[in-house]
Amino acid sequence: MSSAKTSRSFIEKTLADITGALEQTLFAEELARQDGLLQSLDPRAKLLGALAVLVAISASQNLVVIAALYALTLPLAYASRVPMGFYFKRVWVFMPFFTGIVALPALFNVFTPGAPLVTLIDLASPRVYLAITQPGVITAAFLLLRVGASVSIAVLLILTTRWAILLKALRVLRVPQAFVLILGMTYRYIYVLLHAVNNMFLARKSRVVGRVSSADDRRWLAASMGALFAKSYALSDDVYLAMQSRGFRGEAMVIDEIAWRARDGVWLVVFVAVALGAMIFGRG
Amino acid sequence: MHIPDGYLSPAAAAVMYAASVPFWYRASQKIKMLIAGRTVPLIALFAALSFVIMMFNVPLPGGTTGHAVGAALAAIVLGPWAAVLAVSVALIIQAFFFGDGGILAIGANVFNMAIAMPFVAFYLYRWIGGNAAITSSRRVVAAAIAGFIAINVAALLTAFELGIQPLFFRDAAGQAMYFPYGLDVAIPAMMLGHLTIAGAVEAFVTGLVIAWMQKTNPELLEKFSGAAASATTTRVPRWAWGGLVALVVLTPIGLLAPGTAWGEWGRDELEQLGLGYIPVGFDQWSNFWISPLPNYDIPALDNPTVAYIISAVVGVALVLAIVFAVMWIAQRVMAREATPTP
Repeated sequence: MSSAKTSRSFIEKTLADITGALEQTLFAEELARQDGLLQSLDPRAKLLGALAVLVAISASQNLVVIAALYALTLPLAYASRVPMGFYFKRVWVFMPFFTGIVALPALFNVFTPGAPLVTLIDLASPRVYLAITQPGVITAAFLLLRVGASVSIAVLLILTTRWAILLKALRVLRVPQAFVLILGMTYRYIYVLLHAVNNMFLARKSRVVGRVSSADDRRWLAASMGALFAKSYALSDDVYLAMQSRGFRGEAMVIDEIAWRARDGVWLVVFVAVALGAMIFGRG
Repeated sequence: MHIPDGYLSPAAAAVMYAASVPFWYRASQKIKMLIAGRTVPLIALFAALSFVIMMFNVPLPGGTTGHAVGAALAAIVLGPWAAVLAVSVALIIQAFFFGDGGILAIGANVFNMAIAMPFVAFYLYRWIGGNAAITSSRRVVAAAIAGFIAINVAALLTAFELGIQPLFFRDAAGQAMYFPYGLDVAIPAMMLGHLTIAGAVEAFVTGLVIAWMQKTNPELLEKFSGAAASATTTRVPRWAWGGLVALVVLTPIGLLAPGTAWGEWGRDELEQLGLGYIPVGFDQWSNFWISPLPNYDIPALDNPTVAYIISAVVGVALVLAIVFAVMWIAQRVMAREATPTP
């Protein structure tokens, strides 16, 4: 591969990744502001409910139960105005690239011996035998379904809850205040740094004509990372001074604007009941 | 290397949370003592940085790209405890927002990438860097080696966590309920990608960024370099070595447990399949490599247990061989620098 092609592809790949990440978060934030069923719930109810269902998906040893838990997310997503095409695509189109490839070999007798379902190759001499086995299909289905259902729950939680509000909800899990504060600030700085990096890559792309060696590309990349490192360090000082001048003395004060209502309690009970039911029915 | 939900059993996920919580607690205590309130924006910014660095595609020889974790870099500049917090926060945001790694699996992902990786990197960097000057090339080499070994230790831990799933979690019919491959597959598959591509990326990134900082911001490297306190603390603490040795010893122990179902495949079948299997975090590059498994499955031995103990040990041996090779080269480079050029 020519170095020119390499340099273009890595810059473009990074730019695309970064732009994608920015778009994705903006999309999530926008969706979280709409008024749908899940958006209207208290984030604490949603967080605890999601965790209960995640544990149930993880603990169930029955494919039907896991599939049922996944099916239950569909009306919830619909009632929360999550675009269904996006919801399916996000989970079932992108997942096979990772989990699908991992699950694929498990189908075959090589990794999962058992009764053959489909025999692909069966040669006597030399002895070559390849078949999709029944236990193989079950094993792969467990992995795919479990991951798919878990990802769906996480996607639903994120798409219907604004990050700042979700962070406040983490306090019910006894996550220390300082940690929540850092999480919140980090999320904000990710935007700042992603924009900075986007500009660095665009500037580089617009200035480079002709070929650049891979070694030069790596040096440039290292310099960019280093510059970002130094920038972060300097920025953290500025931020600290700004925080101090606004009255930060080591204790974060947060205006608590989330209010628990009766219907949140009802929903939490429903989520937990579904999770408990799934765990009881899904026992091996 | 990000483990998604569904790969680990709930019990394993809980154990990994339990393993990570004391480190989080200690890190937050340690940070408070170190630099009080000033650390809050610092950690936040470095967490954001770690997140962003994971999105950089580094061009590699041969036309491929890979990305680094940046945990080694954070540990060298911020010290291991601040790095624990910064990388943890980056991983948590990745899990919640980008579906990169599961929510129940956060404990495991944090343990591998935000605890094991910064600590291994930090102590290796201090040990190899010795009391060399902040701007010496020995420190660049030390950083690169630290990055390389650290990401491989993290990968080995990940492989171990995934590989023990089928040992302990099977249904009544003997089907694997979670990650379906044993250590014999998980370890070589993970290590192959990390000993080659991912390790190279982490080493490149860590070394090059340290070299850049030596020229531009050397003061950022001073704090945790160990150079000032070299007389007492340049050695890797005994517990760190103990941990590494324990890891190596533990890896094959799991294999000896009863109820193993693997090792039943033939060498021919494996070669026929070509093993196009890619575990979590082991990205597209794996296609470029031929399966290591046929080599690990030693038909002459006719003993799967021995074969996969060998496969686990070979991974570790490779790491050590590369360390010593790089250290040898580093020493030659330093020797050449020491002698004045005519």
